[in-house]
Amino acid sequence: MARPVKFNIHPKQADIHDNIAIADMPEGLQGEGYFATSFEKVIGRARMNSLWPLPFATSCCGIEFMATMASHYDLARFGSERLGFTPRQCDLLMVMGTISKKMGPILRQVYLQMAEPRWVLAVGACASSGGIFDTYSVLQGIDQVIPVDVYVPGCPPRPEAILDGVIKIQELALNESLRRRNSEHYKALLGSYGIQ
Amino acid sequence: MSLTHDYIKQRLEEKFGEQVSNFEEPYGFFSFEAVKEDNLKVMQFLFDDPVLRFQFLTDLTAVHYPNSKGRELAVVYHLHNLVDNVRIRMKVFTDINTPDVFTATSLYATANWMERETYDFFGVNFVGHPNLKRILNVDEMDYFPMRKEFPLEDQTRIDKDDEMFGRGGSII
Ligand code: SF4
Repeated sequence: MARPVKFNIHPKQADIHDNIAIADMPEGLQGEGYFATSFEKVIGRARMNSLWPLPFATSCCGIEFMATMASHYDLARFGSERLGFTPRQCDLLMVMGTISKKMGPILRQVYLQMAEPRWVLAVGACASSGGIFDTYSVLQGIDQVIPVDVYVPGCPPRPEAILDGVIKIQELALNESLRRRNSEHYKALLGSYGIQ
Repeated sequence: MSLTHDYIKQRLEEKFGEQVSNFEEPYGFFSFEAVKEDNLKVMQFLFDDPVLRFQFLTDLTAVHYPNSKGRELAVVYHLHNLVDNVRIRMKVFTDINTPDVFTATSLYATANWMERETYDFFGVNFVGHPNLKRILNVDEMDYFPMRKEFPLEDQTRIDKDDEMFGRGGSII
């Protein structure tokens, strides 16, 4: 039986005031002509809304990322307009696709070339756990070679899921303490991957 | 005159007698077996003969038959006569404990990488190969993954649901 199509039968009038998300102001001291707050809150907010992703797309999930990036889903809405294709300019490594064991050192090299602060998003079952490729040639999850901040499940995940992962990374960037990357805890984490 | 399978077989038998055997035509594809020590001689003959002219090596790989003792590994050569457009298949069998086969690199330059691949996956030791090392897998790999004693899955995994990967569990 044909399914009745119910999309857009009551089109909304465009309402610019309703459609624009305005971020809340961080906590701070406010008076006439000035506003004082801590660096941490301002910088976190700036980082959050200007992530430069580095797409590391090796297979089918990469195709899904292309849709995420293109006009329909439009990653640019989240301040990630500019995809960088050099790790030295980027702060978000998006790994999408099957990473073979031979690709592992290359991925690690790319990660090492990124400057702090850097985040890693593992998109798809393959990047997160090896996925269906439970075999001799495939790395069983990129967290064996580099630390991962957010995992996006799915084979492949829909663009909405990838966007959700990016938003989760944004939350991490917003709430991250400026001192985290200097902390003992963080050094120990990197140390466990053999990264100085 | 087109090159017929019967003619190829006749020429091979004339030249090599007992050394070539097991002529078959599965799916119309002419195949035969040669003694492993003679693989180069047979290929050289097929290459140089003015009528046979099998001067192109399409593929080279191996097969593992764990149950045929003493003949576990088969190295398979696919040869192509580009002039008459005829393809044949030649196999040599070897014991898995002494997997030494002469390299075909001096005859077909393309055998270089294909023999490296065959070494990588099956551990066939191509005697005389100029650079016999792994080509596709990581250098640290210490086994030959296409041999059947090695299970397909990575046995070190513990966080995957075994039922989904055919390791133990039940199949209804
Ligand atoms: S998770 Fe699925 S869709 Fe993504 S790369 Fe792996 S196999 Fe392809």
